[in-house]
Amino acid sequence: MDKKIKQLRLVLRNCGFIDPENIDEAIARDAYLSMGKVITEMHPAEAIKIVKESGLRGRGGGGFPTGLKWEFACNNKADRKYVVCNADEGDPGAFMDRSVLEGDPHSVIEAMAICAYCIGAGEGLIYIRAEYPLAIKRLKTAIAQAREYGLLGKNILGTGFSFDIELRYGAGAFVCGEETALIHSMEGLRGEPTVKPPFPAESGYHGKPTNVNNVETLACIPVIFSKGADWFSKIGTERSKGTKVFALAGKVNNVGLVEVPMGTSLREVIFEIGGGINNDRKFKAVQTGGPSGGCLTEEHLDTPIDFDNLIEAGSMMGSGGMIVMDEDDCMVSVAKFYLDFTVEESCGKCAPCRIGNKRLYELLDHICKGKGDMADLDRLRNMSEVIKDTALCGLGQTSPNPVLSTLDNFYDEYLAHVMDKKCPAGQCRGLMEFFIIEENCVGCTACARVCPVNAIAGERKEPHKINKGICIKCGACMEKCKFDAIIIQ
Amino acid sequence: MDTVKLTIDNKQVEVKAGTTIYQAAKDAGIDIPVLCYMNLHDMGIENKPAGCRICVVEVEGRKNLAPSCSTPCQDGMEVKTNTVRVLNARKTVLEFILSDHPKDCLICPKSGDCELQDLAIKLGIRNIPGEDIAEVSTYRLDTSPSIIRDLDKCIMCRRCETMCNDIQTVGALSAINRGFRAVVAPAFEQNLEHSSCTYCGQCVAVCPTGALTEADHTNEVLRHLANPAKTVVVQTAPAVRAALGEEFSMRPGTLVTGKMVAALRQLGFDYVFDTDFAADLTIMEEGTELLRRLSAHIDGDKNVKLPILTSCCPGWVNFFETYFPDLKDIPSSARSPQQMFGTIAKTYFAGKKNIKREDMVVVSVMPCLAKKYECQREEFSSNGNPDVDLSISTRELAAFIRQANIDFRSLGEESFDNPLGESSGAGVIFGTTGGVIEAAVRTAYEMYTGKTLERVDFEELRGMEGVREASIDFDGLELNIGIAHGLGNARKLLDDIRSGKSKYHAIEIMACPGGCIGGGGQPRHHGKSEILKARASALYLEDRNKAIRKSHENPFIRELYSSFLGRPNSGKAHNLLHTGYFDKKKKIIVKQ
Repeated sequence: MDKKIKQLRLVLRNCGFIDPENIDEAIARDAYLSMGKVITEMHPAEAIKIVKESGLRGRGGGGFPTGLKWEFACNNKADRKYVVCNADEGDPGAFMDRSVLEGDPHSVIEAMAICAYCIGAGEGLIYIRAEYPLAIKRLKTAIAQAREYGLLGKNILGTGFSFDIELRYGAGAFVCGEETALIHSMEGLRGEPTVKPPFPAESGYHGKPTNVNNVETLACIPVIFSKGADWFSKIGTERSKGTKVFALAGKVNNVGLVEVPMGTSLREVIFEIGGGINNDRKFKAVQTGGPSGGCLTEEHLDTPIDFDNLIEAGSMMGSGGMIVMDEDDCMVSVAKFYLDFTVEESCGKCAPCRIGNKRLYELLDHICKGKGDMADLDRLRNMSEVIKDTALCGLGQTSPNPVLSTLDNFYDEYLAHVMDKKCPAGQCRGLMEFFIIEENCVGCTACARVCPVNAIAGERKEPHKINKGICIKCGACMEKCKFDAIIIQ
Repeated sequence: MDTVKLTIDNKQVEVKAGTTIYQAAKDAGIDIPVLCYMNLHDMGIENKPAGCRICVVEVEGRKNLAPSCSTPCQDGMEVKTNTVRVLNARKTVLEFILSDHPKDCLICPKSGDCELQDLAIKLGIRNIPGEDIAEVSTYRLDTSPSIIRDLDKCIMCRRCETMCNDIQTVGALSAINRGFRAVVAPAFEQNLEHSSCTYCGQCVAVCPTGALTEADHTNEVLRHLANPAKTVVVQTAPAVRAALGEEFSMRPGTLVTGKMVAALRQLGFDYVFDTDFAADLTIMEEGTELLRRLSAHIDGDKNVKLPILTSCCPGWVNFFETYFPDLKDIPSSARSPQQMFGTIAKTYFAGKKNIKREDMVVVSVMPCLAKKYECQREEFSSNGNPDVDLSISTRELAAFIRQANIDFRSLGEESFDNPLGESSGAGVIFGTTGGVIEAAVRTAYEMYTGKTLERVDFEELRGMEGVREASIDFDGLELNIGIAHGLGNARKLLDDIRSGKSKYHAIEIMACPGGCIGGGGQPRHHGKSEILKARASALYLEDRNKAIRKSHENPFIRELYSSFLGRPNSGKAHNLLHTGYFDKKKKIIVKQ
């Protein structure tokens, strides 16, 4: 039970406590109370001021002040405006948004209505990935119930304010979480980002001012109005207010969603809430910020988590992925793993991301195979820095982070790969060698028979030997051996 | 007017608010290299996906580099265009692009005219780090009658996509796949032949690399020229003479009619004729058809279709056959000048010279790639023998002249052969937007009113605006004329016709922006719209210098009618010079 002490459920306040398909249960826990207060008692400017004062920053990764974003959208005059909820949660292993949508859909609907009132929008859209069928079902139910109760639709609560929400389905492209790409995808166009400016607040969905907020950001809004900006801004650090939900995963004992006040240290999250490392292995690194975040080390464990500290440490908040690694993880391979993801998910529009990331991946693979040299490490850094400096959107600008942060924090491991041709974590098979322990080998010939390249020789009932020059390190012999006579080193 | 002040490379500049850094630098004499960016400002054509990232610059206080092509200037900005950081980024990004590009420059059709190659030279790229482990993306080669797509060379600049979708509204090309596999292609990676492509060639005209090129027919032409059994006749379209010189480093807008004729003779063509002759013939047929429909309309015939639309542009014909098949009765049934020429050459002229049809080869030199497709259309052949055997572009002719070791610049001026080489000034201006309708007005006016037209220059029909209109007084009858160039502009006028809102009696449509002078087969303008304007001026100059400026006054046209065709729109003329149109929607394959 100890692990719950540090947690503060603000975004996840209702998840698990209400039946998400029953609006009455949500209302019993104050759903739509804030909306009612805002649209009956407040002027939009007044409400925006409260969001600004709360210090809430976008939870999708960028950390842009939400109130400021609303103000921009509010100030741009147009005949139509839109409120968009970005529910295109794409980080591998992340499910914060899905949990909110599945567990407390009304909090998002309520927040969108408040936002619409503030910026002067009449229509809302939720861009949600089609792979979230339960979240879609619950949203549809919640929207229908809210309409039935007159909390969505025309003339809400008799105030003259009208607002309704539609769903838009994404096909699962990671880049569609980028707001301009998301808007293009909603318009039926190719999901590709465009240069900002113009920002969506000026020219967004169908060229109209559009405010895009992430699910978690929106889920904070009703609380800010019910408890006050002052209350909210007391939680967290100087420049990052409120709480943050993390999807804690990897080599920790307690995995799952964790909601903590901003400013909690990585150590508290990993060792207290997360219960420490599996099997009492040694902590090596924690990767935050999803595929475009960075890997932090032991020395960062006491850093209070907030937007700015994580960036300063060479990583980022991202949408809240947190993957813990132990001494068995090879950091070069980890960087390669993330690059594999961004190569796959790049939209292909700009050259640095389309080609540069591919080249980064190829070079990391080259190094993992034991073929790299010192010059490759310089190239790795140069390519990473140029991609970061020149890519069009947030995806490309952050995709080299796993490489840069591992180069910074685990340079020795890279050196071991290129200079000593060793993988300290024992993960890169290309750097391993297969040996037969003579004492264990009974000469059954099973390994020699399964070897696809005839690299194993030996007489029957005599210890066998592996010819390292021929061996392709496929591992088939090791799998076949019943006597644990084959090891890799 | 709001202005902003900034410094670029320590130079103080003041520009209109909204100006991009690239433009501001250019105006200040600082050249920032670009690759994907293209701006034909006079025609409202702009491509700036900000995808290549070559034009990046450093902006004080900004964390990453800014794409200068699409970053607006702001007050107090401090921009640096050539710091170590910028130069290293540019070079590294170019190395990325080159690492995914074939290195067959020596034999690439775009070698010497390739913007990627130019950039590699400018940035001094000498090796591509990591080339030994770099995967290069490869795609299936797609050939069509007009256009070859070698997507291994695509750099995703998206210019073709902008032309095809935004300007032409054809929608044949768009980006497909993602990441490293992203490429521009028809939907479901179908061949161009099975897409909505009109072969207008505007994608080829703007492609910076060898990804999109014309189907090259110069070798076939050479083979025919080398065959003594064949009489090889060549015709040259009006727009060719206004642009060919550019291929030989002559100033844009230099007329090279005489040198072109001399070069063609040296290449071994037996007769060097002029498509302008056939343009005059087109006016006779189309003008007559216009007056016939107009008179019927005035007489209250409800079945008559107006406005009449010109039909000499094959890209445009493909466009309405694909997108507006329900309106296929509206365009004039007159064949294009290329095809009229072919049929007259292989009937009238071959008969005169006693040459068997099979022994005559008609080659056309065109500013156009759709002409390659047009001459392959089944209806333009007789027992399998095409009226026009081969069509080569202005660029192909230039390459041919170079191959044959002809020093084009020092050639003397020669004249076309007769009888199919004489033309009026009206035939010449066919090559630019508004020219066909002006030529038609010159003839139709005199036919309709029976009076002599004193003023033959119709300035009101000229210009570069995408859609233009004018009313011409036909002795009391106001003839409403519409003009569109670029298929996107044509679509607007067609939508009006479809919904019954069109007020025009006659409309001229050219598929390419600028008309044939901006055709897909012309020397590349590399985004300089002043080149197109210079070509148009050259054609109007040639028109002014002609003794005969009205099609019906061309003595060889009169002779053709009196001794062979009878009169315009006669039965024989109809058989030889007119055609019908087809619904092409069915050729599009969208399933995988």
